[in-house]
Amino acid sequence: MSNNQPDISQYTISQEPFYEPQGDEIALYGAAYAARLPVMVKGPTGCGKSRFIEYMAWTLKRPLITVACNEDMTASDLVGRYLLDANGTRWLDGPLTIAARIGAICYLDEIVEARQDTTVVIHPLTDHRRTLPLDKKGELVTAHPDFQLVISYNPGYQSLMKDLKQSTKQRFCGLDFDYPDIATEAAIVSKESGIDSDTAKQLVQIAHTARNLKGHGLDEGISTRLLVYAANLMQQGIEKRAACRMALVRPITDDHDIRDTLDHAIASVFA
Amino acid sequence: MNAIDFSPYRQQLKCNFSRIEDVFEECIFDALYHLSPQGVERYLEGASLVCKIGRGFEPVLIYLEEIPEMANRLGEEIISEVADAVWRMSRSPNGVAIPHFMQCLPEASRRLCCDEQMRHFIKLIFTMMEATTKSIHGFHSTIPSPGLPQLLQQIPHLLNQLSLEGLKNWIDYGIRNYNNHPERQRDYFSLQSADSKAMLQRERHGTLYVDNERKLDLYLRGLWQLQDHFIPYSLGFDELRKPQPYFDPVGIRLPDLYDDRNGVSGIDRYRALLAHVAAHKRWSSEIFVDNFSPFQRVAIETFEDSRVEYLAMRHFPGLRQLWLKLHPQPDENDCHPEQESCIRHRLAMLSYALLNPQHNYQNPDILSYVEKFHALMANSDSSLQEIANLAVSFIARTRRQQDQAPNVYFKDTEIDYRDDNRHLWIFIEESDDEDYPEQPEKRRVSDDKLEGLPPRHYPEWDYQSKSYKPDWVSLYESMHPSANSADIDTLLAKHAALAKRLKRILDLLKPQYFQRIRYQEEGSDLDLDIAIRSLIDYRCGSQPDPRINMSHIHNGRSIAVTLLLDLSASLKEVPDGCEQSILELSQEAVSLLAWTIDQLGDPFSIVGFHSDTRHNVRFYHLKGFSESWDDNVKGRIAAMDAGFSTRMGAAIRHAAHYLESQQSDKKLLLILTDGEPSDIDINDAQYLIQDTHRAIEEIGAKGIYSHCITLDKKADEYIADIFGPNGYTVVDHVEKLPEKLPLLFTSLTS
Repeated sequence: MSNNQPDISQYTISQEPFYEPQGDEIALYGAAYAARLPVMVKGPTGCGKSRFIEYMAWTLKRPLITVACNEDMTASDLVGRYLLDANGTRWLDGPLTIAARIGAICYLDEIVEARQDTTVVIHPLTDHRRTLPLDKKGELVTAHPDFQLVISYNPGYQSLMKDLKQSTKQRFCGLDFDYPDIATEAAIVSKESGIDSDTAKQLVQIAHTARNLKGHGLDEGISTRLLVYAANLMQQGIEKRAACRMALVRPITDDHDIRDTLDHAIASVFA
Repeated sequence: MNAIDFSPYRQQLKCNFSRIEDVFEECIFDALYHLSPQGVERYLEGASLVCKIGRGFEPVLIYLEEIPEMANRLGEEIISEVADAVWRMSRSPNGVAIPHFMQCLPEASRRLCCDEQMRHFIKLIFTMMEATTKSIHGFHSTIPSPGLPQLLQQIPHLLNQLSLEGLKNWIDYGIRNYNNHPERQRDYFSLQSADSKAMLQRERHGTLYVDNERKLDLYLRGLWQLQDHFIPYSLGFDELRKPQPYFDPVGIRLPDLYDDRNGVSGIDRYRALLAHVAAHKRWSSEIFVDNFSPFQRVAIETFEDSRVEYLAMRHFPGLRQLWLKLHPQPDENDCHPEQESCIRHRLAMLSYALLNPQHNYQNPDILSYVEKFHALMANSDSSLQEIANLAVSFIARTRRQQDQAPNVYFKDTEIDYRDDNRHLWIFIEESDDEDYPEQPEKRRVSDDKLEGLPPRHYPEWDYQSKSYKPDWVSLYESMHPSANSADIDTLLAKHAALAKRLKRILDLLKPQYFQRIRYQEEGSDLDLDIAIRSLIDYRCGSQPDPRINMSHIHNGRSIAVTLLLDLSASLKEVPDGCEQSILELSQEAVSLLAWTIDQLGDPFSIVGFHSDTRHNVRFYHLKGFSESWDDNVKGRIAAMDAGFSTRMGAAIRHAAHYLESQQSDKKLLLILTDGEPSDIDINDAQYLIQDTHRAIEEIGAKGIYSHCITLDKKADEYIADIFGPNGYTVVDHVEKLPEKLPLLFTSLTS
């Protein structure tokens, strides 16, 4: 065991995050956690995947360690590595190892962004073994009984190059997320930003316009997160239409025709 | 009227046609009413002038009848200008066009807003006339302009659709392209030929459907989750009864252009129409037509239009502003129920009142039905059946005796963003219009085997008008015929020594792809990541990895090449000092090049072309990208033949079309030619040069490199204009071509 035990408190979530359930996902996740099954959450960007995991960590009173995956990430970025210091070398645990030691929920966000040879290091942790071999250090970490691994990915921009191996996929049970229905989404936007519910409904209506255009020039519709941004801008006193253009249209597309259509939708909704 | 004595005026008009007498009094009365005394004087002077030209009484009559009103509209300056113009026209061989000219003036004066524009218009007509009037012996113009009468006849139609500038562009195009061809000129100016219509379409004002198809599709998809087929129709040709938008299972019919109106842009007018149609599609159902009288039907349609719009505005409040701007605002007191049928007026008022809560109508029926409508809509979506009941009761309540009258009040009652509502009605009795006793015979498809593929049409760049001539060139592609492949093997054997030298160069040729190789014990660079890892391992006392270097290699080539051969007649020439014709030398060169590229393994195709006017550009495939350098290909190269001319632009565009779809990183179009672009239907040498230059720019924009190898020693004069300063190589010694070509290729691609 390493002598510099990490500070658990920084990973614990002190305040209840706002989460509006869309279905029975809380119960499903609770059951999976009780059995310590690894979970995969799927869904379009900005629909509340990360927020849900945060909320569950708070509900289950477990620390949460989040790793945003990227292409340059190597296995040692997850597991840990030796560092040079004045006296020689020092081992530093990676986030996955810390989580396994302290019994945290380890959340690998956008896992497909990592290369496939990196993702295989999670395999021994996600089956019956629940161990993590640190071959450089010559240590076999046995996962804390409370440890759980969660991964997220967005099937929307799945390309042929970016997919999980079957052997990785088949170690998880999956939860599917999508944008909530109009009423729920409006409630979320209004709760998050404090905007009135009529405006929130109108924002959701614009988002639906963009989601209808997915695949016709848009890779991804307007997410709930962007709606909250737009509402926040309005709360700052920005005129509604300008706020929508800034937060909802300009970020997602450079296609002139789509911009034009969305701008028109905004003008139609906010008369 | 008789109180005025007209005889002094009649004396001022020096014209003795007896037909004049019949109408003179009315005309002069009109003139006295509209014009100042000086104006009247000018008017009569002008009439005398028109009379003197000796074209009979008709021009004079038209002049007398139309001028006062025109002058009233555009100012009196125009009187003498018109007379002057007629006089000038009569001094040219185009006298026959004078009646047409006179006839088109009143319409033109209605379309053009001011005398300034009218002057431009007359000038434009005269420019056209002068440009197309031909002379035989040089000085005196003797042959009348063939297109002028046609043009003048079309003027009302043209001005209806074009701005003055558009008209000018359209006329210029006709003059430029058909000045030497009287028949075609006539076709063009009478709007008979296809490109005349195409040009007209392009010059039209307003928002064209074709430019905005995608936006409209996105609009339907995005805001209404609908997906439908659009079928545009033209408003330009039906003068009497304008077609209305409608939709049926086949698709949505909509006009092919919209002008801006009342501050609503054309695209927003399309959206207003689509929103209305989409609302119908979402909320309207069908109802049996046979239970209702015609008045009840129009009322139901109006009420239903308002209902679906009301529902749509619940979702998109912004639509109200848009529709309001396009909705006519009938004035309450405009229509007189005692004298005319006010049914349309009433319904339009009602529709406006339903759309605009701030209407100012006082009519109690309108007010009460607006209230009933809102009560009906207050808590539900309502339905067509409910709304039909309301509409029927509205008709019953407001019915007037004069509603049946033939003179229906139409002003401000047409709501043109709405469709014609044919989808609302179900007919119990099928109409027998389309009763076929037997199924119409299907068009017989010819069983003849097609020779080659159907023609492809390419535009051509006209450098004078700085525009493309749409679908100008027809290109036919086919497989090149085949001959004995052994001939090519003999040719290659002849160049065996050269082939050996080429082989050595090829081995040296560096592939393009730059790749990093890590984990090397020896290499060009230290790989820091791995070096640190090894150092840590070393400090920890474990075995360090010695492979801490990295190096780079060039790996693979990704280049696709098309060789475009000019197969024009000049290839048959035997240049000075040579024993072989250029064609034979080309065959050798192409064979060697093909062999070279085959050795390199790059995707490679060979195509050839020649042209016989713009209607017949031949494009031959000698080797496809997927074919290997085998006997079939050699056979085709052996059969290479020369003929016709060199219209290069279309061939380049077509070759690029194939090259573009290749997957390689780099794409190269090699063009082998022996002279400048030319064709027998082109007199202007610059024209094809400019078009070819344009084609090269176009394919450059698609990421295709082009390089020209020309055998024309005089090419320096024009070749840089086409291919740019570095885009060509001139091969002075044609006999060296077989040697030069492969070397050139290797140097280009290494």
